[in-house]
Amino acid sequence: MANEVLTGAQAIVRSLELLGIEDVFGLPGGAILPTYDPLMDSTKIRHILVRHEQGAGHAAEGYASASGKLGVCIATSGPGATNLVTAIADAYMDSVPLLAITGQVGSKLIGTDAFQEADIVGITMPITKHSFLVTKAEDIPETIAAAVMIATTGRPGPVLVDVTKDAQQAKAEFVWPPKVDLPGYKPVTKPHGKQIQAAASMILEAKKPVLYVGGGVVRAGAHKELLKLAELIGAPVVTTLMARGAFPDSHHQNLGMPGMHGTVPAVTALQKSDLLITLGARFDDRVTGDVKGFATGAKVIHVDIDPAEIGKIRFADVPIVGDAKEVITELNQELTAALKSAKVDIKDWWVFLDGLVERYPLGYTSAGDGKLSPQHVITRIGELSGPEAIYAAGVGQHQMWSAQFIKYERPNAWLNSGGAGTMGYSVPAAMGAKVGQPDRLVWAIDGDGCFQMTNQELATCAINNIPIKVAIINNSSLGMVRQWQTLFYNERYSNTDLNTGTDTVMIPDFVKLAEAYGCLAIRVEKEEDIDKAIKLAIETNDRPVVIDFIVSRDAMVWPMVAAGLTNDEVQYARDAAPVWDGIE
Amino acid sequence: MSKHVLSLLVEDKPGILTRVAALFARRGFNIESLAVGTTEVEGLSRITVVVGVEGAPLEQVTKQLNKLINVIKVVELEAEQAVQRDHMLIKVKTDAATRSQVLEAVTLFRARVIDVVSDAVIIEVTGDTAKCAAFIKVLEPYGIKELVQSGVLAMGRGSKSITEKILK
Repeated sequence: MANEVLTGAQAIVRSLELLGIEDVFGLPGGAILPTYDPLMDSTKIRHILVRHEQGAGHAAEGYASASGKLGVCIATSGPGATNLVTAIADAYMDSVPLLAITGQVGSKLIGTDAFQEADIVGITMPITKHSFLVTKAEDIPETIAAAVMIATTGRPGPVLVDVTKDAQQAKAEFVWPPKVDLPGYKPVTKPHGKQIQAAASMILEAKKPVLYVGGGVVRAGAHKELLKLAELIGAPVVTTLMARGAFPDSHHQNLGMPGMHGTVPAVTALQKSDLLITLGARFDDRVTGDVKGFATGAKVIHVDIDPAEIGKIRFADVPIVGDAKEVITELNQELTAALKSAKVDIKDWWVFLDGLVERYPLGYTSAGDGKLSPQHVITRIGELSGPEAIYAAGVGQHQMWSAQFIKYERPNAWLNSGGAGTMGYSVPAAMGAKVGQPDRLVWAIDGDGCFQMTNQELATCAINNIPIKVAIINNSSLGMVRQWQTLFYNERYSNTDLNTGTDTVMIPDFVKLAEAYGCLAIRVEKEEDIDKAIKLAIETNDRPVVIDFIVSRDAMVWPMVAAGLTNDEVQYARDAAPVWDGIE
Repeated sequence: MSKHVLSLLVEDKPGILTRVAALFARRGFNIESLAVGTTEVEGLSRITVVVGVEGAPLEQVTKQLNKLINVIKVVELEAEQAVQRDHMLIKVKTDAATRSQVLEAVTLFRARVIDVVSDAVIIEVTGDTAKCAAFIKVLEPYGIKELVQSGVLAMGRGSKSITEKILK
């Protein structure tokens, strides 16, 4: 039977359908117009029209991070494509499977500085796993299939496919399945047996082991295997910003988040450890502090699917390249067998750590200016919404408090921009998460600064019946920057005032703004109104909800390891260092 | 700073040289020399790159290069196990008095004269980097008017080929 002849545009839509794509986020324009025509007829793909391409990118990220599926976004050439760049860079840093499809000017016009021409393949080279330029209709199915394979396998990441307008308009036979030939792409998922043995014996010998768990465990869906491993050896677990929820917070072995704003027990456990069992984590500078002074007495087992992460920052005594799920499964088998004749003895370690947990719990004091404590607001959102909800944060103080004060019990419940630190991630990411997981309660916990970067997607949410809840932790300033100005710049507040608080000119008034976007808008200024507002938000599902929580601008994120210092210098609160004793 | 010769087998796709060069720039690695060309296999190109690194990061360079989708293989060619050649064209000032001395140097270095005019010659020389440097030193007193050189080319000794395993 002869193959069907399709236009390139139809081939794009058909390829996406055949690859099982159900939701895409995008905004049309000249060079991608041909593709939007057959997209209108697709019964399998839901296209959600965003208000800014950055929103499409973050929505696709949120969709992917919440559901574990590929996120897809579409934009036109030139500025449409460049507006995706921030989201693509974000997905690259946080290993989010993302497919970006962009229109490009006609192939004859490339290089002529044509209207809305930008070299998006060149622009995105350093922030994608790969980028393709397609100039012929017949190359479309193969390229899209290859792009999806690259984005979703190995270490996940963003892939861009740029398709010229003439390639979308030309006709070609549609051949499916296409032959995907990538001789240079062979991710290793299965670990080396010898390395597993070496890791197991090192674990059995350790006196002060720590499971240092990163986002790779979430992406690999290895949380069950991790739980088994942790209980097998009884070691403490720390979950990085990207791994919150990979191990239940309610589990007594979980010491919380390590790093610049980590818990004292988590920071200290890494610092005093003799063995870091590193699973899908990458020794980010926000975790290690000054790397020369990081966990100086520890040996390192480093498990990562990306060989380039191993040894990049910290020497690995036992490097293991592989998929976290496969590696941990094999490690569990090896350890189960070994534990018949050996046992892990880390009682003294736990005596020390339990002391820290008792003495240095996460906490906060109210700011004393009569405004709400942001930590309290966020705690209540978490308590009233529960572990089955999804929480997408922006970047800054509210992000750290959300990582600290919400209790995560499952992976993919906590979405944030960890590596790139992209302000404006929250609202569109929450929107994408709600599309991917429509039955879950989805919160965007945002700052007043972040919210003003991407809040136009509230229109998308309202019109497309995507009832997310937005909690603006409104301290009327760029809070994290302000915190640094308080601590390191003699309280000189250069350009961090945003004037969104109730005692300012209040531009914009978030309640009015949210109402203009068709949302239920609530302002909360008193502690006794917090629960009521959160409950009303949870009950309201016929439109998005925005709550403007007026919080103190003097609240700060603690604990903190100041930039450039070692983790030995963690401060529990301002001018309060923890006391470590009982272990050496 | 130590130097290493890397041989990259790559798919002959648009932008591959940009990807490789940009990776070096972005990760802060230093390219000392670069040579690109086709191979005996259609669709495959070979990039020979001399990279200057301090201590450990060579492993980072090769790992990052391996992450590029169009890079099929990265091999370090160590001096003892590989032949290396530079290729150079040198335009030297000559006159009746100096020409014979220049030609003598050409013979000694097993170079070749490939163009002659009354007041200059163009000399072609191949060899390892040290030999080429020595030759330039000898020619300098006569006046080097122009010099152009390829990047280092390198190939592993013995009968094995870098493309062998790939093609199976």
